[in-house]
Amino acid sequence: MARQATAAAGRRKPGGAEKPAAGKDELLKYYRQMLLIRRFEERAGQLYGMGLIGGFCHLYIGQEAIAVGCEAAKKPGDQMITGYRDHGHMLVCGMDPREVMAELTGRSGGSSKGKGGSMHMFSTEAAFYGGHGIVGAQVSLGTGLAFANAYRGDGKVCFAYYGDGAANQGQVYESFNMAQVWKLPVVYCIENNEYAMGTAIDRSSSETKLFRRGISFNIPGEEVDGMDVLAVKAAAERACEHCRAGKGPYILELKTYRYRGHSMSDPAKYRTREEVDEVRKTRDPIDHVEELLEKNGWADEAALKAIDAEVKKIVADAAEFARTSPEPEPAELYTDVYIATGA
Amino acid sequence: MPALSPTMEEGTLAKWHVKVGDAIRSGDVIAEIETDKATMEVEAVDEGVVAELVVPEGTEEVKVNTVIARLEGDGAATKPADAPTEPVPAVPAHPDPQPASRAEAKGDPARTSAPAAPAPVSALKDPELPEGVNLVKVTVRDALRDAMAEEMRRDPDVFLMGEEVAQYQGAYKVSRGLLDEFGPKRVVDTPITEHGFAGIGVGAGMAGLKPIVEFMTFNFAMQAIDHIINSAAKTLYMSGGQIRTSIVFRGPNGAAARVGAQHSQDYGAWYGHVPGLKVLAPYDSADAKGLLKAAIRDPNPVVFLEHEMLYGQEFDVPEGIDWVVPIGKAKVRREGTGVTLVAYSRMVGFCLQAAEELAKDGIEAEVVDLRTIRPMDVETIVESVRKTNRLVTVEEGWGPMGVGAEIAAKVTELAFDYLDAPPVRVHQEDVPLPYAANLELLSMPSVERIVAAAKAVSYK
Repeated sequence: MARQATAAAGRRKPGGAEKPAAGKDELLKYYRQMLLIRRFEERAGQLYGMGLIGGFCHLYIGQEAIAVGCEAAKKPGDQMITGYRDHGHMLVCGMDPREVMAELTGRSGGSSKGKGGSMHMFSTEAAFYGGHGIVGAQVSLGTGLAFANAYRGDGKVCFAYYGDGAANQGQVYESFNMAQVWKLPVVYCIENNEYAMGTAIDRSSSETKLFRRGISFNIPGEEVDGMDVLAVKAAAERACEHCRAGKGPYILELKTYRYRGHSMSDPAKYRTREEVDEVRKTRDPIDHVEELLEKNGWADEAALKAIDAEVKKIVADAAEFARTSPEPEPAELYTDVYIATGA
Repeated sequence: MPALSPTMEEGTLAKWHVKVGDAIRSGDVIAEIETDKATMEVEAVDEGVVAELVVPEGTEEVKVNTVIARLEGDGAATKPADAPTEPVPAVPAHPDPQPASRAEAKGDPARTSAPAAPAPVSALKDPELPEGVNLVKVTVRDALRDAMAEEMRRDPDVFLMGEEVAQYQGAYKVSRGLLDEFGPKRVVDTPITEHGFAGIGVGAGMAGLKPIVEFMTFNFAMQAIDHIINSAAKTLYMSGGQIRTSIVFRGPNGAAARVGAQHSQDYGAWYGHVPGLKVLAPYDSADAKGLLKAAIRDPNPVVFLEHEMLYGQEFDVPEGIDWVVPIGKAKVRREGTGVTLVAYSRMVGFCLQAAEELAKDGIEAEVVDLRTIRPMDVETIVESVRKTNRLVTVEEGWGPMGVGAEIAAKVTELAFDYLDAPPVRVHQEDVPLPYAANLELLSMPSVERIVAAAKAVSYK
């Protein structure tokens, strides 16, 4: 029912002989997607420092393999919903980085016309339902999206992402219960980055193996190396298969790590610099793919540098757009409160 | 006749399980009694021999506390022959299976709010009612059910979810018959998890379905208020108009009777405060039906506040037409020139009764039924005040930051020069609602208080 990753939690031996479960083009695609998220987030952090991004800004650096790996397992029409650490999910589902960055700067060219901000981004065309600021709310909402899939019998699956912090919210378990009773096609993707803001998981959770949290609801779960994009993809495919077979929800605990603070204003005093460096050095999801590409002779240093340059250009363009896109018109203040009706 | 629920006033003696001469022991089922909500078995609580079945089988509308049978006790033989025997005290064999504190938000209105339970009054003169339409008497409960059924027939994306809505036929029997007609896919029993199922409802709404989320009462919706406000009301705005949520949150709101502070609260002001929500609170059956149909069709999140004390009341409903009442329009239920009484939900009935009392003293009150709390039809209120120059607001909720406060502010802004007296607000006292009958009565708005307020603003 609940299975633990065979390798010790997310630990990978650098330089170990691995046979990638993906071909060259596929791997290059994931590499590029992850790199785009990382460069985008680095730039977002910079713009925040420059005062161009306000409020809260939660960066996804370190967790890229999860959004990318799950996306690879999705089929067109499958939905996705997450919390406030949502920039990576927006990028991976194909949204224009310009729109995403302009939302961060609160400009009219943003995906929500500047009215949502970092935590509230959506894309109906990509079936991405946000972008939610109340910890855990997306779990019930995502279960509701899956309810609609079951109601319509359209074979779609919803990916509901949340962190180890949200994993302690009551509504998560209310949702587990109903999802299993009604056999809803929802994959609960727990992005366990070990810290709920500043609280380490073993200080907040009586059961720290979050993939086991579904046991009392009879929901299968597995622990996955969330720093390995191919492992994430393979697990997400298993989860989707389970859902599409009408067997109900599935839990993936994706072991990961965020390199930056919880938000831009978090000095991250609750962990050591050494701990962060160790993860960066030994578990980095992008380095991992880079290694695979090089080892298999699919990309040399020059080719990888070229991808990096291309990604940096996209990000620079997005930043420029976000900086120059005008602020929303004052009249926008009053739009989108209600959908107009005939009456 | 035992009271089988706090709001039960009468019932049908469906069946006797005993006959004269039978010896019974406490715990024996002696009869079946049918209320508008359920059929229940009644157990004897004393031992003895049945001396007389006072109320025959099949008798309808037997008032609570009526003697239905007489029992000869052990000591009967020693009593003088003409001494009255004791009535059979009885308790329900199967007390309502819902947790009493949750479902049985009821009471005896006649006992707790004697003057405050006016007979239903409704002058159905909606301008939108076509000529020649037949009107039939329907309870508010059935009008709500009919509205849901009609909309579910009309649109396959409409479904109902909530606690006990399906197999149990509704904790208050509002969804009676819906499971039979629409099946378990569209009439969905949820576990007792308001927070979770409200979120699931909103998510389903975001995906394009049109959920009707029933809360057994709005008191329990406080567990779900995050999804009503943060998820349902705000997401259209936060997404720059991308994510639409057509959803209705409905259930009984306000005080029933004798159910204590946690089960007796009016949320009109709470939800009325929130941009992105529409908030409806109908009084009679026609509005209950017409507004619920409008709410289900509305592309926005709607909070639909019903009232348990009105569920069993009958009013006219137009028959055979697609009866939809526009959201955002108040209704003048009684015309008058002396004072404007503004209310919603159950308090409309109180105001209509107060208006009758006031008429005896020569004050002609105009009664404005808000029907929609948000967006509020300020125009109709202001128009009325310009005519009467006096304003009394009436609500079950607390006064501070309340619906009446908002109305008074609007009228002061827009019709200040027309006011001949400062507006007066009638509302629940600023305390949690007490259980004791006398204190509860003191706390709630009453016809007397409305009359007194109207006289005060009339300087009479």
